[in-house]
Amino acid sequence: MDQPIILLIVAAIVFILVVALGISLRVNAQKKGLRDKHSIDADVTGELSIDEVTEAVEEEKAEARGSEVPTEPASRLVRLRERLAKSNTGLGRGLLNLLSRDNLDESTWEEIEDTLILADVGVDPTTELVDRLRERVKVLGTRDPEEVRGLLREELITLVDPTMDRSLASTGAGDDPAVILVVGVNGSGKTTTVGKIARVLVAEDKTVLLGAADTFRAAAAEQLATWGDRVGVETVRKEEGADPASVAYSAVERGQTDGADVVLVDTAGRLQNKVGLMDELGKVKRVATRPLGEGHDIDEVLLVLDATTGQNGMQQAKVFAEAVDITGIVLTKLDGTAKGGIVVAVQRELGVPVKLIGLGEGADDLAPFTAEGFVDALLD
Amino acid sequence: MFNSLSDRLTATFKNLRGKGRLSEADVDATIREIRRALLDADVALPVVRAFTGRIRERALSEEVSAALNPGQQVVKIVNDELVGILGGQTRRLNLAKRPPTVIMLAGLQGAGKTTLAGKLAHWLKSEGHRPMLVAADLQRPNAVNQLQIVGERAAAYVYAPEPGNGVGDPIQVATDSIEVAKSKLHDVVIVDTAGRLGIDEELMKQAADIRSAVNPDEVLFVIDAMIGQDAVKTAEAFLDGVDFTGVVLSKLDGDSRGGAALSVAEVTGKPIMFASTGESMKDFEQFHPDRMADRILDMGDILTLIEQAEKNFDEKETEKLKKKVEAGEDFDLNDFLTQMAGLKKMGSMKKMLGMMPGMSQYKDQLENFDEREVDRVEAIVRSMTPTERSNPKILNGSRRARIAKGAGTTVTAVNQLMERFTQAQKMMRQMTRGGGMPGGGMPGGGGMPQMPGMGGMPGGAGGRKKKGGGKKKGRKGGQSGNPAKRAQEAKELADKRAGKTKDPVGSAFGGVDLGKDEEFDPANLPKGFGGIFPGGKK
Repeated sequence: MDQPIILLIVAAIVFILVVALGISLRVNAQKKGLRDKHSIDADVTGELSIDEVTEAVEEEKAEARGSEVPTEPASRLVRLRERLAKSNTGLGRGLLNLLSRDNLDESTWEEIEDTLILADVGVDPTTELVDRLRERVKVLGTRDPEEVRGLLREELITLVDPTMDRSLASTGAGDDPAVILVVGVNGSGKTTTVGKIARVLVAEDKTVLLGAADTFRAAAAEQLATWGDRVGVETVRKEEGADPASVAYSAVERGQTDGADVVLVDTAGRLQNKVGLMDELGKVKRVATRPLGEGHDIDEVLLVLDATTGQNGMQQAKVFAEAVDITGIVLTKLDGTAKGGIVVAVQRELGVPVKLIGLGEGADDLAPFTAEGFVDALLD
Repeated sequence: MFNSLSDRLTATFKNLRGKGRLSEADVDATIREIRRALLDADVALPVVRAFTGRIRERALSEEVSAALNPGQQVVKIVNDELVGILGGQTRRLNLAKRPPTVIMLAGLQGAGKTTLAGKLAHWLKSEGHRPMLVAADLQRPNAVNQLQIVGERAAAYVYAPEPGNGVGDPIQVATDSIEVAKSKLHDVVIVDTAGRLGIDEELMKQAADIRSAVNPDEVLFVIDAMIGQDAVKTAEAFLDGVDFTGVVLSKLDGDSRGGAALSVAEVTGKPIMFASTGESMKDFEQFHPDRMADRILDMGDILTLIEQAEKNFDEKETEKLKKKVEAGEDFDLNDFLTQMAGLKKMGSMKKMLGMMPGMSQYKDQLENFDEREVDRVEAIVRSMTPTERSNPKILNGSRRARIAKGAGTTVTAVNQLMERFTQAQKMMRQMTRGGGMPGGGMPGGGGMPQMPGMGGMPGGAGGRKKKGGGKKKGRKGGQSGNPAKRAQEAKELADKRAGKTKDPVGSAFGGVDLGKDEEFDPANLPKGFGGIFPGGKK
C-alpha cells in the first residue's frame, strides 16, 4: 500500500517542478517546426543553390585570372567539390555526385564502420566520422580502400589531437607538493594506477607520498601500502570507514611538512550515478589542498577509465568532470583485447586528454599516451 | 547517446500508425533504429546483427501483417526476443548431491569477483548453507586480505593458507580447500580466483587447472555491466578457458544499459544467474530478464523507480504523509519539502523523468532541463514561514512579494509555483478520495493539465501490461472494446491534446496506453503494482 502513495508523491513533486518545462518544450517545438519549414522552402525554390554554384565557379575564375600563379586544375576541381560538398542544397549535392565518382562499394564503408563500432567508439561518433570521410573521399576522388583507411587514420588522429599537453602536473607551486587525485568507478584500476604512477615518479627522483583515501573497500589501504612499500614510498592511512576527505587532508599536510614533491591521493571507486558518493568526492577535492593555503588548487585530477568500458564511459567522464573537474584520463587494461575507443568521444566532448595508459598488472606497465599509437591500435 | 529506442521507435511508428500493414521499407527503418539502440546499449555488433536478422524475419512474417497494430507488434517482438535470450533458461544454483558444492568465480580484473564471493557467501548463509571462501587470488596485492575482510562481513569462514601478493600456488590452495571444507563440514566452497585477461594464455591455463583440480559444480563468470564491445571476445575466451556454467552481471547499480548481458547470453548460451547491484553484502539478487530487457531498450522502468523511491524516501515521513492523505488532509508545502529531499537523493531529475514511461519522447528537451530549477523551487518554499507552508492559502500579495524577495526571484515565479502546487494538491485529493484508483486507472482528469502529450505514449511501451501505471482517461465511459475504434479515439484525443494545452491529459505517469484494456487484469501486474489497484478493477 506504500507504493501508490510514493508514486503519487513523486508524481506530484515532479509535476510541480516540471510543468513549466512542458510549456517551454511546446514553444520550442513550434519554433523548431517553423525553422524546418523555412529551410524546406529554401530547398524547394532552389534559387539559393544555383546562386551558390555560380558564386563558386565565379570565385574559381577570379582566382584563376588573378595575378598569382594559377593553381593546378586537379586541385581546383578538388576545391570546387569541397565547396559543393559544403553547400546544403539538393542541387549542390547533385552536382557533387556528378563530379565525383564514389567507387568504393558499400561493403568497404560498412567494414570501416564496423571497425570503429567494435572498438567502442560509439554509433554517433562513428556515423559522423564515416560521413565526413565519405565527403572527403568524394572531394578527393579517391577510390582505393587503403587510401581511405589512411584518411580515416588522419581524421582519428586529428580527433585525438596529438598536440594536447599530456604531461602529468607533478610539480606544485613554490615549495608546495603537487597534489594528484585519482578517481574512477569501481574496479577500473585506481589503486594499481596510483602504485604505478608512484613508481614512475620515484624513478624521476621525486619524493612521493601516498594518501589512501579509499577507506571503503576492504583492504584497499593495504593494497596501496603494498604498492608504496615496493618503491619505498610512505602511505598515509586511517582506519576503515574514516572520512576520505580527512585522509586526503592529512596526506597533503604530511606531504607539506615532509617536503614531498608529489602527494598522490587514491579514492574509493564509485559509480557515477550515486549522488551522495559524488558529493563526497567533491569534498575530498575541496578539502585536500587546504593545508596548502588559499589559492592552491589540486594540480591534477585523473579519471581512471577501464578500456573495456563501453558507451557508459562517456557518462562516467561527464559526471566525474562535473563533480571534480577532471584534468586527465588514465586508460587502463589496454593489454587485453579491448580498444578503449570511448575515449575518442570523451575527448571530443570534454576536451580532457588521455594522459597515461595502463598495460597490465606488472609494476612498470604504465606508458604515456600517444595519439598515433592509440589510433593504430584502434584500427588494427 | 541518450536517444532511447522507445523514443526513436515512437518517431518511426508515428508515420506507421494507422497503416494496416508494414511495408518492407518500414521494417527496414525500424530495424535500423533497433540496431542503433542496441549498439548504444553496448550490445556487441555480431550479436546485434544476428538479433536484428531474427527480428526482421519475424516482423515481415504473417505474425505482424496480421496484427492489428503492427508497430506495437514489432516492439513486442523485440521485447520477446530479448527476454527469450536473456531468460531462456533461468535456473538456480546447481548444488552437489554430496557436499561440498564447489563454486568457482572467474572474470577480468576489476569485474568484482572478490566482492561477489562475499555476497554469494552471505546469500548462501541466509539460505541455510555453511559456505567457505577460498582465497585463490594470489596475484593482486592484498586480494587475500580483502577476501578475509569480506568473509568476516559475511560471517563465513575464509580458507587462506597463502599470504598472496604473488606468493603461493593457487591450484594447490584450491585443491586443498576441498579437504578442508569436508573436515570442517562446510557444504559450499566458493573459490575466488585472480582476475585475468582472455588473451593471457598462461593465466587462462592456470584457471583451467584450478577448474580441473576442484571439479566445480558451478563456474560463474563475473562480468562488469559496463563492458562494451569487448564482451564477446572476453566471454568466448573464458568459455574456452574455464567453460563457465553461469554468468553474474556486476555493477548493475550503475547507469550503464548493460547490453553486455545480451551479448554474453547470446554468444555463450549460458544463463545469467545473478545480478550484483551495490556495495553492501545484501546487494545481490536473482537476475530478472524482463527488467534487463527494458533496461537495454531503455524503456521507462516504473519498477526501478519505485524501488529507488522506497530506498531513498524516509519511511517515517512517508508513513506520516500517507496517514495524512488518507485522513483527507491536504498535502502541504512542508511535506513537499521533505519529500523533495528524498527525491533529490534519488539522483538527477532528468534521470527520474526519463524513467517514467511516456517521458522518453521528451528526452532531448529534458537534457536541457536545468537541475538548479529544483533548487530555485526549494528556495521559494524555504522563504516561507512555517505557517505559510502548512497553510498556503494565507499567501496574499505582500507575503508573496516578501517570499519572492527572499528567494531572489519574481512574484510571477512564486505565483506559478503556487498554482502548480494547488493543482497537484487537487490531484492528490481526487486520487485519495476515490478510495484509491477509481476505474482501475489514476484519475488524472483535470489533475495534470499543461502537460502536453504526456498521455498516451504511442507505440513504445504499449501492449505490455506490466507498465500500466494508468490508462487514458478524460472520458467517462472507458474505452471502446473495438480496437480500431479505440485507436481512432485515442488519435482524436491526441489531436485535441496537441491543440489545446489546457486539456486534461494523461495520468500522472504519462498514461501508458495499455492497448488491450478490456483484458486488463490487476493479477497480471508484477508484485510492485499490487497496491495500486486495491480492489481490482472497479
